[in-house]
Amino acid sequence: MNGGLAIDVKGLTKRFGNKLAVDHVDIAVPEGEVWGFLGPNGSGKTTTIRMLCGLLRPDEGSGTCIGYDVRRQAEAIKRNVGYMTQRFSFWEDLSIRENLEFVARIYELTDRQRRVRAMLEQLGLERRQAQLAGELSGGWKQRMALGACMLHDPKLLLLDEPTAGVDPQARRDFWEQIHGLSARGLTVLVSTHYMDEAERCDRIVYILNGKLVAGGTVAEVIAQSRLITFIVSGENVRRFSDRLRAQPGVEYVAFFGAVLHVSGHDRNLLQRALQQIQEDEDVQVEEAQPSLEDVFIQLQEKAA
Amino acid sequence: MRAFSLQRLFAVLAKEFIQMRRDRLTAAMVLGIPVLQLMLFGFAINLNPKNLPTAVSVDDPGRFSRSILAALVNSSYFQIVGQTNSPKEARRLLDQGKVTFVVEIPANFTRDVVRGLQPSLVIEADATDPAAGSYALAAFTALATSALRDDLVGPLAARAQGPPPFQLVTHLLYNPESNTQYNIVPGLLAIILTMTMVLLTCLALTRERERGTYENLLAMPATPLEIMLGKIAPNILIGAIQSAVILLVARFVFAVPMLGSLALLGAALIVYIVALLAVGYAFSTIAENQLQAMQMTVFFLLPSILLSGFAFPFMGMPRWAQWLGEILPATHFLRIVRGILLKGIGLREIWPEVWPLLLFLSAVMTIAVMRFRRTLD
Repeated sequence: MNGGLAIDVKGLTKRFGNKLAVDHVDIAVPEGEVWGFLGPNGSGKTTTIRMLCGLLRPDEGSGTCIGYDVRRQAEAIKRNVGYMTQRFSFWEDLSIRENLEFVARIYELTDRQRRVRAMLEQLGLERRQAQLAGELSGGWKQRMALGACMLHDPKLLLLDEPTAGVDPQARRDFWEQIHGLSARGLTVLVSTHYMDEAERCDRIVYILNGKLVAGGTVAEVIAQSRLITFIVSGENVRRFSDRLRAQPGVEYVAFFGAVLHVSGHDRNLLQRALQQIQEDEDVQVEEAQPSLEDVFIQLQEKAA
Repeated sequence: MRAFSLQRLFAVLAKEFIQMRRDRLTAAMVLGIPVLQLMLFGFAINLNPKNLPTAVSVDDPGRFSRSILAALVNSSYFQIVGQTNSPKEARRLLDQGKVTFVVEIPANFTRDVVRGLQPSLVIEADATDPAAGSYALAAFTALATSALRDDLVGPLAARAQGPPPFQLVTHLLYNPESNTQYNIVPGLLAIILTMTMVLLTCLALTRERERGTYENLLAMPATPLEIMLGKIAPNILIGAIQSAVILLVARFVFAVPMLGSLALLGAALIVYIVALLAVGYAFSTIAENQLQAMQMTVFFLLPSILLSGFAFPFMGMPRWAQWLGEILPATHFLRIVRGILLKGIGLREIWPEVWPLLLFLSAVMTIAVMRFRRTLD
């Protein structure tokens, strides 16, 4: 393939009218890895994924997806990539089995019956195969959609917020499937808003206003941010959040569990702000490793 | 909670107005289409058709023949488009619908008038559409007394008095009893199919788009041609069943004559049905939502009823309206179905109506495939 890279694109750019939806994005995903694609709503995740799988033509930039040119070989990419849309996009008036058979025929799969049966089995969908897709709950829909975009044995899976609106148990099962597939050599790029899912990825990239602003392993992203976080605990700490937010050096205050996370980049200023609170109130302060969420929210606040 | 609240009513009203204002294209179509149609059909439709195409077969070189021809033209109901001496050729022109009338002036017409032998003047009329030619036939009858008035002077003045100098013979062909149903019922086959077939496919893609399945369809390797043919083909069966039902009713309820080959009609029907399904599919590649697709369907249906020769005589329309009508598949299929059922004509005679259907079909399919975007751009 391409130096072992399943996705290798540089300078990917897409405009919608005057709006720059994706701004010179470089992504290089090695084969067999699971990458998380994070960023707030409207930051360009879906647009990037659509460019990768040939559904949108990039305005600028070049590169390959599983060895095929993203600009010129969209059809070859479609044949070898499994793309799961953000919104459920299978036919609700077809049964699970009928949906899978349709997909199998479109991809001209040989041995169709066996493959469909194997996929139903693999996903635990045999008992529900005759049920209409529209009647399924969110978790089962997502499972069926995964099955349908895996049917043609793609080398790369592009999953656009696959677990949005799905319960925790179903999310966990879903990630087990993803890791199982990855172990068999499949490359996965999955966009998500969930931090626990980001932590299940080999690497993550964070996109903001169309630009990639962070990337690496979770630990690397946290370290790169150079963010300092203090945890403030005590009786009713939530009522101090507005006061803390007003202090210089405090970039971001969030309430997690029963404690406040107070973050910023300037240790001296942060400590001064926290000392003031400690003098007036009965609270405990200790420094902690910032969480991924702290890093992302701070990135987002900085941009705004 | 009150049973009826003006404030809640107003909330719904205000929301609807906002949404109406956002959908500009639909609003423009609602306002623009009626105006366009008023102009179009207001000027195009004419219930008293004039200048109907007429072939003449003149076997008499005398001056009375010339007077008769001049009177025909002067009546403004007849336009002489061909001259022939062969009755076979004249019948072929009628079969193909090239002319509505054939006027035959027999040999020695002038001599026989002079001798007071009352020769006959024959007019053959295509009566498949009894309404189309009725005014012209009435005008023709009036000619009998007036056409030769200026010629019958001097020694012949006596001929102008008393019985008419010649006999008028009218042959109503294809529908001798002027049974309106024989014309309307086959025509309905064309119109009902226009309505239902276009409706069947006009939502084909808009529905996928609104349900979000369009993106999935695009992400898979199906080509625009495959998607179009796959979506059109199953509906051919529905069209075939519908046609069979209409033809059975036409035969057994309305006793419409079926002189020609039903196999030929079936083949023509399939071409017609596919053309209509392609129109609907093309609409679905253009429309942004289902309402727009439905409006386009209505926009297509109205001229198919009004300009095709179904509701009003085709020959009575001004030239520009006839050109518009010639584009519509209903116009050609009407001629095919009336021709096969009432005139019993064959492939050679309907071919001039079949190739425009095929041309239309290919043009519409090409537009649809080109309009189908393979990306979400």
